[in-house]
Amino acid sequence: MTLSQIQKLLHAELISEHEAQNINIEFAKASDLMSDVLAFSKPFSERDTLLITGLTNKQVVRTCEIAGVAAIVFVRGKNPSGETIELAQQCDIPLLATKLKMYEACGILYTNGMKGASTYEDEKKGNEK
Amino acid sequence: MKTKKRGMKNRVLLQQEFKIQGGDFVNAGESSCKIRNTLREIGIDSDIIRRIAIAAYEAEMNVVMYAHHGTMKINVYRDKILLTINDKGPGIENIVLAMKPGFSTATEEMREMGFGAGMGLPNMKKNADTFKISSEVGKGTRLEIKILLNGKNG
Repeated sequence: MTLSQIQKLLHAELISEHEAQNINIEFAKASDLMSDVLAFSKPFSERDTLLITGLTNKQVVRTCEIAGVAAIVFVRGKNPSGETIELAQQCDIPLLATKLKMYEACGILYTNGMKGASTYEDEKKGNEK
Repeated sequence: MKTKKRGMKNRVLLQQEFKIQGGDFVNAGESSCKIRNTLREIGIDSDIIRRIAIAAYEAEMNVVMYAHHGTMKINVYRDKILLTINDKGPGIENIVLAMKPGFSTATEEMREMGFGAGMGLPNMKKNADTFKISSEVGKGTRLEIKILLNGKNG
């Protein structure tokens, strides 16, 4: 799924300067806990995970950079500060904002076939066995 | 010949050291990002980088959240990467308890930022091949995180 498809599904607004149609997203995770975001992370070379969160501070972007997250959706109509947007530009992580609640945003993506980020870890474990 | 080989093995290929300031939430995480970028430049396997970056970031955040100040040092060898974090701070009273997933002494302010869920040390351990922690109450904490390269360094 491309980020612009996600944008349409979630009636979201693109709040950073990126070309959403060119970004491919395969997995998603939703959390307000940064350790959870880190726990289900992928190598930087395979950046195709979306984070759905209600937190808008700068550390969310920093955490996503470390966790190899490709894009962030802020839920419940929360808008990040200029500082957060600036860091996202630097790290090349597009930001979306939607008025939907976290549960609804997840539900919509899930019913449209978006896989959970933990699937990646499960698949990796499966391959190792 | 054997000695020479061992000598090669123990040679530090790359070393970097970063200072971390306690309470500095604005720059928190920058050192870990720098480490990640350096490892990418020298062509370390991307899954190894992911594990190092997560461990470094969790450790860096712990220093920022709980300690007065600290240092994070990375040594890259032919067969392993060693990450050492030393801090001056309150130390950890009960390490067994601190290692328990979900145990946290974080303040409300840290939790509002999304940190302090009690997963930092368990996350570091999960991503390390060997994980050593020692602490002295009132003095500080030392972490040693080793990740083996298993020939996956090119």
